[in-house]
Amino acid sequence: MAAGSRPAVTPLLKDELDIVIPTIRNLDFLEMWRPFFQPYHLIIVQDGDPSKTIKVPEGFDYELYNRNDINRILGPKASCISFKDSACRCFGYMVSKKKYVYTIDDDCFVAKDPSGKDINALEQHIKNLLSPSTPFFFNTLYDPYRDGADFVRGYPFSLRDGVPTAVSHGLWLNIPDYDAPTQLVKPLERNTRYVDAVMTIPKGTLFPMCGMNLAFDREMIGPAMYFGLMGDGQPIGRYDDMWAGWCTKVICDHLGLGIKTGLPYIWHSKASNPFVNLKKEYKGIFWQEELIPFFQQVALTKDCTTVQKCYLELSRQVKEKLGKVDDYFNKLADAMVTWIQAWDELNPAKADAAAAALANGASK
Amino acid sequence: MSQAPIKDNEVDIVIGALRSDLSSFFNEWRAYFSRFHLIIVKDPDLKEELKIPDGFSLNVYTKNDIDRIVGSTSISFSGYSCRYFGFLVSKKKYIISIDDDCHPAKDNKGNFVDAVAQHIENLTTPATPFFFNTLYDPYRDGADFVRGYPFSLRNGVNCALSCGLWLNLADLDAPTQALKPSERNNRYVDAVLTVPTAALLPVSGINIAFDREAVGPALFPALRLAEEGKVRWETIEDIWSGMCVKVICDHLGLGVKTGLPYVWRTDRGDAIESLKKEWEGVKLMEEVVPFLQSTMLPVTAATAEDCVVEMAKTVKQQLGSSNPVFGHAADSMLEWVRIWKTMGSRPS
Repeated sequence: MAAGSRPAVTPLLKDELDIVIPTIRNLDFLEMWRPFFQPYHLIIVQDGDPSKTIKVPEGFDYELYNRNDINRILGPKASCISFKDSACRCFGYMVSKKKYVYTIDDDCFVAKDPSGKDINALEQHIKNLLSPSTPFFFNTLYDPYRDGADFVRGYPFSLRDGVPTAVSHGLWLNIPDYDAPTQLVKPLERNTRYVDAVMTIPKGTLFPMCGMNLAFDREMIGPAMYFGLMGDGQPIGRYDDMWAGWCTKVICDHLGLGIKTGLPYIWHSKASNPFVNLKKEYKGIFWQEELIPFFQQVALTKDCTTVQKCYLELSRQVKEKLGKVDDYFNKLADAMVTWIQAWDELNPAKADAAAAALANGASK
Repeated sequence: MSQAPIKDNEVDIVIGALRSDLSSFFNEWRAYFSRFHLIIVKDPDLKEELKIPDGFSLNVYTKNDIDRIVGSTSISFSGYSCRYFGFLVSKKKYIISIDDDCHPAKDNKGNFVDAVAQHIENLTTPATPFFFNTLYDPYRDGADFVRGYPFSLRNGVNCALSCGLWLNLADLDAPTQALKPSERNNRYVDAVLTVPTAALLPVSGINIAFDREAVGPALFPALRLAEEGKVRWETIEDIWSGMCVKVICDHLGLGVKTGLPYVWRTDRGDAIESLKKEWEGVKLMEEVVPFLQSTMLPVTAATAEDCVVEMAKTVKQQLGSSNPVFGHAADSMLEWVRIWKTMGSRPS
């Protein structure tokens, strides 16, 4: 048992965590989150028409970026940030100066636990991130660091310190995160099952990451959280978070970092139009059959010692192996490189390692 | 998603009796057990007569039966290992086995859980080991595969093993329970999930079910501790066997589920006493886990029996020299396959 790894009171981390919210509509949902979010700095990434004014409710400390800001700050590199898609949120990760990021969709509200109590999703994410992960051996009682849980009989003591947690992936009650075909077949299905567990996704296992209710250690894994080329002018949508999730998982597995999934739940209120979704996802449904074997077999070499190096190596392999699936992947591979360049420009402390990788590695 | 209805006569419930008075045990489980045939195997070391209430269809096997049926063997069926004899003599497709100090648990709504029905559901719906579904078991009512789950993987694979959990006295090891003597598991996690391929887990024998036709020979009483006792804190045979089953399932493309059902496990034994007596199991796991994580089975091993034989060879080669207990385990695994084949060729 990792004694001393469980703080009695979860720290607020109010000066160490930014909340990144992409929006094209309005931020009314923040009113419900006020008791939990008000201490934190918000980064609003306004998608769509930059001439529209997005009103932020009173009392929140925030910075807001629209497309004009993104173009101004990144110049030609702005091409890697999606337009007319919530994938633009990753711009917020790039400009944040904090250690942790929490990102949430503007149609996600506070859920209640089975006792009827409002769930402080952010507090649970912080607990998840501040306690270790256990990717090398599955614990049948789930997260052993939670109050009231522990490692089970047979769990080797040498693995009980765990590894640092890079990502905390939360879930959703009410409208489940289904793909378009499933939505069309089951339009009325709602997720009403509160599963009281957090668990580490084992090393070597991929999962479909959802960006609706997601927290991560930006310093540890930020550069891997690129949400790809989606939306306007792109052949695909609704694969942004999944793409980031597969890249991030492969890199976390390589670097010995952990990813947790499960609590906290938020209440997802808006079902998007399944016909619109089908058009966005259509190519993805076919492409994903190629993508999964690609990610399952990807091998990062020993000299990929930083996230940026891993990511650039991934981009090289995307070009080499997925370029033939569709030219989109050539563009995506280039955008992945642009993303890292932009990340390092805006986050200069890490630039040296990435510059070396660029000089040595990324073949175009 | 269609589900093949299971016939009651496809199931055996196997209970290893380490206590003689099973009256309250069977009365508590009556509602869930009475439809099925039961195999009760009495711990060969238990002297007293078994007390079992009426109203069940069952066969009871004692030391004499074991000796007569199996004949001369190096396998010990003493203590918790007695249940494996039940697995051996069963002729059914599905086996469910629960420790005799477990009671039906209640779910979050206060309703008693039919652990038997849940295990059967787990075994008769597909498992999804190749990709993690964030909404857990996609075949449960009210759940499905999430966005991003490849369609080609949505048929799943056959589930060969269903690992249930425990409320109250969880299956913690002796050091952990000794450190936290009042810790009890009160958290009912309403999920079943497939343990991904290549991920190992400590399989507890306390509340388990499996497809005997698919993996029967792979559950064996092989790893006995020198001072193995009559409380779970002093054993490791189920963990060893269960981890081997996982390696074999991964190799054969079969699934392993964990989660529901829960059983309620009685407070029993003294963790500190067990700790004083027996550290060995805890130490052995340090070698067992890396070994099993790197074990590769040859493509030619196409059945559970083949796999057990191959694993036994590797265990002997790689672990045999570090501790004699592994050499014995390897021998027991081979002996088990021999017995299994002999039983299989006997008339019913």
